[in-house]
Amino acid sequence: MSSTVLAVAVTTFLASAVEAIEMVAIVAGVGATRGWRAALAGAAAGGAVLLVLVAVLGVALTRIPIGPLRLVVGALLLVFGLNWLRKGIRRVAAYGFRGLRVTASAPADEDVPRDRPDWTGFVLSFKGVLLEGLEVAFIVVTFGSTSNQLGTAVVAGVGAVAVIGALGASIQPALRRIPRSVLQLVVGLLLTTFGTFWSVEGLGISWPGSDLAILLLLVWYAAIAGAAIAWLRGTRGAGATRRAVAP
Amino acid sequence: MIVRWVAGFGRFWYRFIVGDDWMIAASIAVGLVVVYALTLARISAWWLMPVIAPLVLLVSLRRARGQRA
Repeated sequence: MSSTVLAVAVTTFLASAVEAIEMVAIVAGVGATRGWRAALAGAAAGGAVLLVLVAVLGVALTRIPIGPLRLVVGALLLVFGLNWLRKGIRRVAAYGFRGLRVTASAPADEDVPRDRPDWTGFVLSFKGVLLEGLEVAFIVVTFGSTSNQLGTAVVAGVGAVAVIGALGASIQPALRRIPRSVLQLVVGLLLTTFGTFWSVEGLGISWPGSDLAILLLLVWYAAIAGAAIAWLRGTRGAGATRRAVAP
Repeated sequence: MIVRWVAGFGRFWYRFIVGDDWMIAASIAVGLVVVYALTLARISAWWLMPVIAPLVLLVSLRRARGQRA
């Protein structure tokens, strides 16, 4: 294997793996909180649309304006994320980190419809896979075509998605054991983080540190969530004390 | 029948996009417009959304106090 082929394979694999982690985090989060049927159906539909786009456009894929797509998807994820984070913070403040557990028959979020398809879970998963999948495709086309090693780049990109996807599938049983309130908190943190990152990037702004900013945003929002839980518990405790001492 | 379907369709998208608190969606939309305006004015604004989002969250949590979690 020549050094060029190896360099293209490793670079494409690692860059694609970063995008695949974001994709799997969203699908796993939606599956754990809203049910796996809608999450997997959304992921499959997103993957199918992506395949059609790749098949039809081929190398011309890079002409798709990714900026507006990032802005729209990012803004929606940010709004969803903040709503879920709000719910998660309130539940952890009220019931603690042990909370209620999720079972296979009862998804975590009680606004998930039982008698009809859960379109919210479907759409969230769909756009997570479509956007991140498009980014993987861009990476593959960019690295592959500039080095004249498109075949190697395709194998590396698909390999990265397969490896990260398998890792995501392997942690699914563990996700079922996590209390519902904690799941909502974590998924809210993830969606808020990715939503902030993508919406700002979609406006054509580069983050300092590039993808590393995602980790820093996650830490920042986790600290805010921790402070908010402590604040709500404090006010709840003070309220309970006031009620207890009231005549 | 059609009116009911259209109303249901509209309700789904409202609930889907706006969620539990309309103030969150409105604040994020305004925040992104401000970030874009600052960027057009060549002012670095990447830091603004990570400030606006927690502020909106805390205000929304404050508004929701007293409601069932």
